[in-house]
Amino acid sequence: MKKKLVSVLLCLSMASAMLAGCGSGNGTTNTDAQKEEGNGETSDGGEASDSEEGKVLNIYCWNEEFKSRITDHYPSYEVVDATTGKIGDVTVKWNITPNDDNAYQNNLDATLLKQADAAADDKIDIFLVEADYALKYVDTDYTMPVEDLGITEADLANQYPYTKDIVTDSNGVLKGVSWQGCPGALFYNREAAKEVLGTDDPAAVQEYVKDWDTFRETAKTMKEGGYSIMSSVNDSYRVYSNNVSSKWVEDGKINIDDNIMKWVDDSKELVDAGETGTHELWSDDWSKGFYPEGKVFCYFGPAWLINFSMAADTEGSIGYEGGWGATEGPQGFFWGGTWICAATGTDNPSIVKDIMYQMTCKEDIMTEIVKDDDDFVNNKPAMDNMAADTSYSSKILGGQNPLSIYCAGVEDLDLGNLSAYDQGCNEEFQNAMKNYFEGNATKEEALDQFYKAVVEKYPELTY
Amino acid sequence: MKKNAKAVRYNKWGYIFLIPFIVVFVVFQLIPLVTTIYNSFFENYMSGLTQVGPNFVGMENYKKLFTGGDVWIYAKNTMVMWILCFIPQILLSLLLGAWFSDVQLKLKGSRFFKTVIYLPNLIMASAFAMLFFTLFSDGGPINSMLMQIGFIDTPYKFLSNTGSARGLIAFMNCLMWFGNTTILLMAGMMGIDTSLFEAAEVDGATSTQVFFKITLPLLRPILVYVMITSLLGGLQLFDVPQILTNGTGDPMRTTMTLIMFLNKHLYSKNYGMAGALSVILFIISAILSFIVFKVTGNDKRKG
Amino acid sequence: MENQKKQKGMSIHARRSVAYIVLVMISFFCLFWFYVLFINATRSNGELQKGFTLIPSTNLLTNWKNLVSGTLPIWSGMLNSLIVSACSAVLCVYFSTMTAYAIHAYEFKLKKFIYPFILMIMMIPTQVTALGFVKLVSNMGLEDSLIPLIVPSVASPVVFFYIKQYMESSLPLSLIEAARIDGSGEFKTFNAIVLPLMKPAIAVQAIFTFVSSWNNYFTPALILHNDKKKTLPILIAQLRSADWLKFDMGQVYVMIAFSIFPVIIVYLILSKHIVQGVALGSVKG
Repeated sequence: MKKKLVSVLLCLSMASAMLAGCGSGNGTTNTDAQKEEGNGETSDGGEASDSEEGKVLNIYCWNEEFKSRITDHYPSYEVVDATTGKIGDVTVKWNITPNDDNAYQNNLDATLLKQADAAADDKIDIFLVEADYALKYVDTDYTMPVEDLGITEADLANQYPYTKDIVTDSNGVLKGVSWQGCPGALFYNREAAKEVLGTDDPAAVQEYVKDWDTFRETAKTMKEGGYSIMSSVNDSYRVYSNNVSSKWVEDGKINIDDNIMKWVDDSKELVDAGETGTHELWSDDWSKGFYPEGKVFCYFGPAWLINFSMAADTEGSIGYEGGWGATEGPQGFFWGGTWICAATGTDNPSIVKDIMYQMTCKEDIMTEIVKDDDDFVNNKPAMDNMAADTSYSSKILGGQNPLSIYCAGVEDLDLGNLSAYDQGCNEEFQNAMKNYFEGNATKEEALDQFYKAVVEKYPELTY
Repeated sequence: MKKNAKAVRYNKWGYIFLIPFIVVFVVFQLIPLVTTIYNSFFENYMSGLTQVGPNFVGMENYKKLFTGGDVWIYAKNTMVMWILCFIPQILLSLLLGAWFSDVQLKLKGSRFFKTVIYLPNLIMASAFAMLFFTLFSDGGPINSMLMQIGFIDTPYKFLSNTGSARGLIAFMNCLMWFGNTTILLMAGMMGIDTSLFEAAEVDGATSTQVFFKITLPLLRPILVYVMITSLLGGLQLFDVPQILTNGTGDPMRTTMTLIMFLNKHLYSKNYGMAGALSVILFIISAILSFIVFKVTGNDKRKG
Repeated sequence: MENQKKQKGMSIHARRSVAYIVLVMISFFCLFWFYVLFINATRSNGELQKGFTLIPSTNLLTNWKNLVSGTLPIWSGMLNSLIVSACSAVLCVYFSTMTAYAIHAYEFKLKKFIYPFILMIMMIPTQVTALGFVKLVSNMGLEDSLIPLIVPSVASPVVFFYIKQYMESSLPLSLIEAARIDGSGEFKTFNAIVLPLMKPAIAVQAIFTFVSSWNNYFTPALILHNDKKKTLPILIAQLRSADWLKFDMGQVYVMIAFSIFPVIIVYLILSKHIVQGVALGSVKG
């Protein structure tokens, strides 16, 4: 026991000495106190101090994605079984709870609240968050500043700014990192474009969808041609909600941004004209348009949507025939993505740091991920190189290389207007507005219902 | 003298046999109930990761629940869907029960039919609701079938219309529970002394007369039982509408039940409001059970 | 005989035909969904997206393999569900019969109070006490344990009520008197004489308890968080929402089929018992 303590102390002092030697040209946003705290825990690479830190690395997440990325790309990770692994002699424990109905968050909340009293090996070390509720965790002391772990701004320079916006707390401190970017594009059915618009060239099609007014005009043309412009009004929701100029909640009051109301008005017009449906995303009806018989002109989505979710491996689907085209669409947006956060009180800071660094900052690993997994990684140079690479093309998109389109959309995306309530508000807003679109309520009634539902979810809010 | 002492000695066993029930009841139902009631007087919820309260607020939670008036709407929704489900269910069950227990009718394969009608009760409500959601979706097989036979031109949005959404929920519950009810009623009917039927036959009564004059009155205790349990189930209506409407109770919350509303508060960890709503539910069930006992239970308990 | 009956009302043949037609229709409505489930379980996700057909496809084994090789612990889920349902059913019918017997066979002071009391608490929906129940369970350190799902079934007013009703009609007190005269102890009388006599009612209620416990989602979802402890309904919900990357409805249907299959087997085994038991009850009057 004593021996262990001594070695921990030794290691800590060594580590701080090393950091002091490395110079301190970074960290402009943090207070000194925080930095000192961070110094002790920072070391270079996981290997050196593995044995002196905790023996168990607890990772909380909601699906297999991060696990498979670590398994395939993190240098010293060994698989033990479905929910455990090893890095050096540290056991990695995966605690996977699905996202549905806030189950993941509830579980994470309960464990984080006990974090301070938990035994070292039971403490959460890493947890993952999604954009919609990232701020709920980022804006608390339960999440460690990335800088305190020893990851510098220079390390992060190549990441897309929007991925940092999402995990920056209200004091401007970065609290998480992501290996992926999920910029979206507009995927159109080439057959429909040829038939109705007379061309399927991405640049020409872009002219028909370049802004929302033109988009609505095209919707009329599409209807005459027998196509729905989108499968559902909810398809375009994220495009509007990513381009807002105010937050969902301002000073404890629920606030609806003008751009969101524009979505309501635009959508109502489309639904009333019979130019699109009101299906929920991921429902059976929504996915009908993945096949030619579904008669849907376009979907909005990021790379993963078209690569993994639009039935591209099924015979007879549009994707299987390479029948989709990609273009920028009216506005840039993103959809999805996973951020890695370090839990305050972790007993394995050096491994945590190393995982964050290796998985999100190292260009060669990132390029590997693009090639192996078709992920869009959070690294500008890597993606720009791939975008220019003419040999990289997507079979699903009929041989088009869509990366430059994704890159263009994400470049100027500003996500300064996030709040901790986004998930609940977005969900309830779409649910409530469905009633308005379908004619079961007036706009006012639907809005009232939205307010009611949000307050049920977040009792501290008013409207 | 001796006999009396013996009876007392035996009757002590009445208490002994009640111990497991009472102990478990107190620990797992009474204490939670008291905690729930206690919680209803406090402001107590999670705001993100911060705990707000518990602060004593008196009747504030109740006031909040009633000022919106929503509780009544959800209570009405629940009752409407229960009635829509219960009436066809009890009629169907009585009919089937009568047929199955009718000696004259000699139905072949009644074992098979009995087995079949109980089957829907075995499938998980959540799984069943998911299945129906797919089948009755706008572009689902039911719509395409209706369109093929020329019944409708455009897909009917089952879940976007109050009537059809409620009807669907009631239909599913009816389908899931009528087999259960039939088995219970049949058990009751078969328990009726066959000599009564024989006597009726000798007197020349038709089977309809037999049913209304003999079977039904004798079935009263079991009917009361069926009705109480069904009402209980109706009040707890949750799984089916929750999954069918994805928790929204759409259109415009006309399919939102009381438990779905409670679930919303439980999930947002608003213990104060959840507590208050639970207490109201408790009171509603108490009143309902009182009415049911008054209306139908009197003579049964005398007998 | 035949002529006589015809005069009395609708002929027996006509009534029988009506009964058969109605029964066949009802059976169709009952079985159709299981058929859909079966068909969908045999189809791949891609085929499912294309819409519904009535012809089974060939992907049952593929779906099954995908499901088993995934990380959902379906075998432990199955085991947990079996443990919970079986234990609940046994405890529930045994102790409910005991409680009913206490009320039925003995005269004691508090009886007048306890019987209406139990009837009253029968109306309390489980969800009403959910809040306090979860708090209690976590205070007792029983989260992630199957015990809080099993033990509460000892106090099931609904089952008690049914068995009590049945007891009134088919357990003559004279029988108990006779046992006492033979020198049988009270506890032994209950186990050796009362329980066997109550078999038909017990079988019916054991099935009901087993099934409702098997299908229960509300309470387990509040208590079980650890994957290895979860019961099947939680795993089903989990599969449905598992991941947009692996959105595979084929697996979902196989999983649902997998989770209702055992219930159907148990039911088919016991249904004979039930039908016989019911018939037995009618002979006894």
